[in-house]
Amino acid sequence: MSRAIRFAPIILLLLVIVALVWRLATPADTDVHSTLRGKPTPAFALPAILPNKPPLTSADLATGQPRLLNIFASWCVPCVGEVKVLQQLKNRGVIIDGIAVRDRPDDLMDFLARNGDPYERIGSDRQSQVQIDLGSSGVPESFVIDGHGVIRYQHIGAIEPEDVSLILSKLEQAK
Amino acid sequence: MKRTILFLALIAAQPSLADSNLPPAYWSNRQLPDPRQEAQAEALMEQLRCLVCQGQSIADSDAELAGDMRDLVRRRIAAGEKPAAIRAWLIQRYGTWISYKPTSEPAAWPLWLAPLVLLLIGAWLIRRRIKLKATA
Amino acid sequence: MIAETGLAALWLAAGLAALQFLFMFVELRGSVALARPMRSIAVAQGLLTMIAFAMLLIVFARSDMSVKLVFENSSAVKPFVYKVAGAWGNHEGSMLMWVTILAAAGAFVALFSRRTSERTLVAALGAQAALALGFYAFLLIASNPFARLWPAPMDGQGLNPLLQDPGLAFHPPTLYLGYVGLSVAFSLAVGALLTGEVDSRLARAMRPWVLGAWILLTLGITAGSYWAYYELGWGGYWFWDPVENASLMPWLAATALLHSINVLAARGALKAWTMMLAVIAFSMSMVGTFLVRSGILTSVHAFAIDPQRGTFLLALLAIYVGAAFLLFAWRGATLKEGAPFELVSRESGLVVNNLLLSVVLGVVFVGTLYPLFVEAVSGEKLSVGAPYFNAVAGPLALVLAALVGIGPLLAWRRKGRPIVKQLQVPALLGIVALVITIIISPAMHILPRLGFMVGTYLLAASILPLLRRNPLRAPLATWGMVVAHFGIAVALLGMAANAAFTSERLAVARPGEILTVGPWQVQLQEVTPTAGKNWTAVEAELHASRGSGVVTLKPQSRYFTDPPTETSESAIRTFWNGQLYTVVGKPDPSGGWQLRLWWKPFVTLIWAGGALIALGGALAMLGRLWPILRRRESAADWRRQRYA
Repeated sequence: MSRAIRFAPIILLLLVIVALVWRLATPADTDVHSTLRGKPTPAFALPAILPNKPPLTSADLATGQPRLLNIFASWCVPCVGEVKVLQQLKNRGVIIDGIAVRDRPDDLMDFLARNGDPYERIGSDRQSQVQIDLGSSGVPESFVIDGHGVIRYQHIGAIEPEDVSLILSKLEQAK
Repeated sequence: MKRTILFLALIAAQPSLADSNLPPAYWSNRQLPDPRQEAQAEALMEQLRCLVCQGQSIADSDAELAGDMRDLVRRRIAAGEKPAAIRAWLIQRYGTWISYKPTSEPAAWPLWLAPLVLLLIGAWLIRRRIKLKATA
Repeated sequence: MIAETGLAALWLAAGLAALQFLFMFVELRGSVALARPMRSIAVAQGLLTMIAFAMLLIVFARSDMSVKLVFENSSAVKPFVYKVAGAWGNHEGSMLMWVTILAAAGAFVALFSRRTSERTLVAALGAQAALALGFYAFLLIASNPFARLWPAPMDGQGLNPLLQDPGLAFHPPTLYLGYVGLSVAFSLAVGALLTGEVDSRLARAMRPWVLGAWILLTLGITAGSYWAYYELGWGGYWFWDPVENASLMPWLAATALLHSINVLAARGALKAWTMMLAVIAFSMSMVGTFLVRSGILTSVHAFAIDPQRGTFLLALLAIYVGAAFLLFAWRGATLKEGAPFELVSRESGLVVNNLLLSVVLGVVFVGTLYPLFVEAVSGEKLSVGAPYFNAVAGPLALVLAALVGIGPLLAWRRKGRPIVKQLQVPALLGIVALVITIIISPAMHILPRLGFMVGTYLLAASILPLLRRNPLRAPLATWGMVVAHFGIAVALLGMAANAAFTSERLAVARPGEILTVGPWQVQLQEVTPTAGKNWTAVEAELHASRGSGVVTLKPQSRYFTDPPTETSESAIRTFWNGQLYTVVGKPDPSGGWQLRLWWKPFVTLIWAGGALIALGGALAMLGRLWPILRRRESAADWRRQRYA
């Protein structure tokens, strides 16, 4: 048996081990990221879900000023804590629009009454259609959208207090 | 009385707080009336990866988002869109990760070449084991 | 006290394993004959681990919540059988079962292995001890099943409802016996490479162990497939999930190994292939264990996402497989192969068989790890799933199945009787089947269509070896081969039928409405609430009929509280020509209920085929062991043989 054949298995093993070590060292990012970063928001028009809140269309996102688009729902547990952080952002001048995924008006009204309402507009996405259109894969998620309606940054998961400065800087960069 | 018990059982049994209170989308668990279109839709659904599951296609997932995606696929196929177009549309938004069928991009070529390469390597390894030419 | 006994037994066993390993070095370096003490130590080690495992079963059976593992995986309300089976329904417990089988296998080898020389046996037992040592360390340091919890809680967190099923009692133990049984082949190969005694004697010594492990692995995989089929509620039976692939790869290696051993035993050839396959088979088992427990691949089966444990297991894997491969590289030059085989002979047939099985193994391996490689190199994330594996493994499997019909008809060393003539009838039947599928189902996919053709051909061809002579006088080993190959054909036909002829009906029905699926009219009678020991559910009553007689099915949608989960319990009725598979889903705002109905013609052939394959293996094993068992005439004879 030639030397090449005899040593091939151990070399292949080495390659596999290296790959596995790499994977253990850099744990897989299990989030599915949207690939629309740098691309314009897809056109959509969502109806209003609450009588006192204007609906949301893609045109409303291209107002010349960066906005934060928050995808949330009343049945989403982490969203409860996130609303407070969103309130902080609103107090710092950030304009926040919401897309309520698979939500009912009564539930949403209760949710906002209990936790606060930082949203300027809320669109109702009863079948996750716009969520899918944006490349979002769960709630809560937030998108930083610049003045021309182009998606600049995606934040997966609830915005925690420690993320506030990051979000603010992304909004700055989007100007 | 029965309906009350049923209702109570359903409320008490609200399994996880990660589920919405709305029912599944219309087409997530209904078949399209045209069997050919339904077959097309099903074939596509088996190739699309569920976004919130641990390695399942949207065809056999109980997750809500998977249901909404099935609804999306069926509605678009019913409207006449080609499966390849729908897949491309989704790949545009989620990357190649969402397609279980490896695309034709260069990163996937080794996958398709693998069986051939392995067969050739194997054939080379056994070339001396089998007498291909009859000896005198 | 019981848990501590278990822990102590485990430590003692680890100590013995270290001793065993040491003895191997002493024997191989010096010329001390240590076979007798080695055998005793190995048996003691096996007994101690079995005691440790028994202790774990006891604490689970008693729901002793002061043991952390019991608290995390069990609850007092569980039915008894799941309390016990829950012992291996988690990482630590199943790891203990793994190690117990490893040590017990070593004990059995020590007790019964007689064909190899004493030196090789000692080397093999030493290798087995080395394997055990690493896993003892893993258990005792990183995955202690007997850790205590103070103060002891009142009740536990419960077992995942998906696992509260008879499948849990059967599938993991069988699978593990198969996986870990392959360690014997690994150890014997390593031992023989160390002593340089790779020959037909070794092959005959390895054969029963490989056969036994392979039979259990076949059963374990078949059972797992059926379990997933009825539990997951969508009618699928194989998903090419990384963990499923991790169980398929050792099976493929073991199948190739089984056939390779026959060549080594009969002709003393294919030494390098056989040793390599023996090493790869168990290496694949270890890779599987690593994949399931490290969390590096997403899978519904994944036990625990624990990179630290993953690192430990990877280190063990690297050491063991690396050492075996290095040994192979070092000693490979001494493995002299004989003259090449005739082109048309059984040996050549088996070589091609090996080749194809290895290619399928390679493809599954590449496909499973490819996303990882791509991400490491380019950062891109892509998914490899059923569409890829079916497209690639399917045709290869069909080619293999075609060859399975030819191989057994070939004779050793030469062509033997003209095979083309013998295969005329099976080939014709295959073509007839093909034509029939074209007529009754012109739109069928090519793969199931070919599956029907090859399956029918193989059904007939596999019986041929028996027809050449009086079937009743044929050796049991031949019957085994025929039954196993016949089983492959049966499974193939089942898969083709499932792919081509399944009728599906997804709809919303109100009580009283009738849905059609295939030849069946299914009427929803009513949906009622119901409850069990630790769950509540809604149960739908369905009346199904296809002409004469009505069949009742009651699928349920269950909610467990402990931990809170929702599962669907499908209601399945089996008939001679297929299964009616029904699932009830969520209520619809229109007032009806979601129903999922399937009529799957001949789907049971898939698992019947798997069972036949295992049965064939059992017959072959019996055929080979029977003469040995009969030869043990007197106790004196036996003792003389043992200590010669």
